[in-house]
Amino acid sequence: MDGPLSQFLKLGYSTEMLLSIFVGMGFGFALERAGFGRSDNLAAIFYGRDFRVLRVMFTAIVTAMLGLYFLDLFRVLPISSIGLLDTYLWAQLVGGLLFGVGFIVGGWCPGTSIVGVVSGKVDAALFVGGLVVGSTLFTLGFESFQGLQNAGARGRVLLHDLFRVPSGVAVFGVTLFAVGAFWAVGRIQEAVVRRYGPMPTLAQEDGGARAPASGPAVPAAEGGRLS
Amino acid sequence: MNGRTRFWNPYAAGFALGLVLLASFVLTGRGLGASGTFKHIGAEIVHEADPTYAEDNLNIASYFASPGRHSLNDWIVWLSFGAALGGAAAVLSARRFKVETIHGPRITRESRWILAVAGGVISGFAAQIARGCTSGQALTGGAQLALGSWVFMFSVFGGAYAFAWIVRKEWI
Repeated sequence: MDGPLSQFLKLGYSTEMLLSIFVGMGFGFALERAGFGRSDNLAAIFYGRDFRVLRVMFTAIVTAMLGLYFLDLFRVLPISSIGLLDTYLWAQLVGGLLFGVGFIVGGWCPGTSIVGVVSGKVDAALFVGGLVVGSTLFTLGFESFQGLQNAGARGRVLLHDLFRVPSGVAVFGVTLFAVGAFWAVGRIQEAVVRRYGPMPTLAQEDGGARAPASGPAVPAAEGGRLS
Repeated sequence: MNGRTRFWNPYAAGFALGLVLLASFVLTGRGLGASGTFKHIGAEIVHEADPTYAEDNLNIASYFASPGRHSLNDWIVWLSFGAALGGAAAVLSARRFKVETIHGPRITRESRWILAVAGGVISGFAAQIARGCTSGQALTGGAQLALGSWVFMFSVFGGAYAFAWIVRKEWI
């Protein structure tokens, strides 16, 4: 195989779109099972209460990265044959910071908000409406924003290009970084929850719906409200 | 438990998500994505309102370039459609579907709604600047080891942690 299956088998446009639906189904299913159909599971990381977001994201990245670079190593799927993302340093720095603000204010990101909507979350539907407005504002002002979107264009830069090491070293480094992060956030989460207690709305879910033998972690009066 | 399926262990969920991402690379050569769908929907609305303007706007002109193909007939829109189906299958089979608004104890439901819209507007705009979101940049480019995607991911965490204190009453 010298490229992705759709190229190798010369699949038609409709077949490729069908594949995208199947990939999307796996995507949505995994996000829901990860707990990302609830905004409190997403916001909890930013208050140190639950680092589920980081654990899921980093595990997903490391899994896909190991798969991609092993397929590249064994020449099954050369890494250069897939759609590698270009780097726009300033655009991605500024856009990322702003996106982070939108994340904690809105409680969702675009992918999870889709799962939130089908989970019945009213705030997810409102966030989706906001997404359409926000991206349309960008389109309407494109002439003014185009410069920012292209700021710091560097073309294709992979981490091992940057550090001038073989790709295997970068893959190993990222894996180590992820494992270190898992260890560190475990310690942080433990300390924060011991001092401030768990995320109020999640504690209510645990205490109310699951009714553990040891009793609710937080008295109902202090628990969050669900309305 | 009320007969509901619990959420997966985060590492197990992350592994599943990683396999989906890897499958996407192998099948189509593309990763995951979501923000592009909302850009497409916005573009379609602009096109309905003023076709000439939309076809001349360089941000969205390419969506209307192929005469035989609707602007929404794009891989990322189909992927989001699949995500809605997959998410619905997961939430229904876990008996977790519930019409509700989750918010912390110190904020009203209505304020949470306003902040949800505001966050959506900010995120939609920001994803255009950064050319992608948590899935299209952080996951996809992160796994490829693309430098810009890693810059994006750390910036997202930076922006959210910096702003979290300001909106703390929304959540805790």
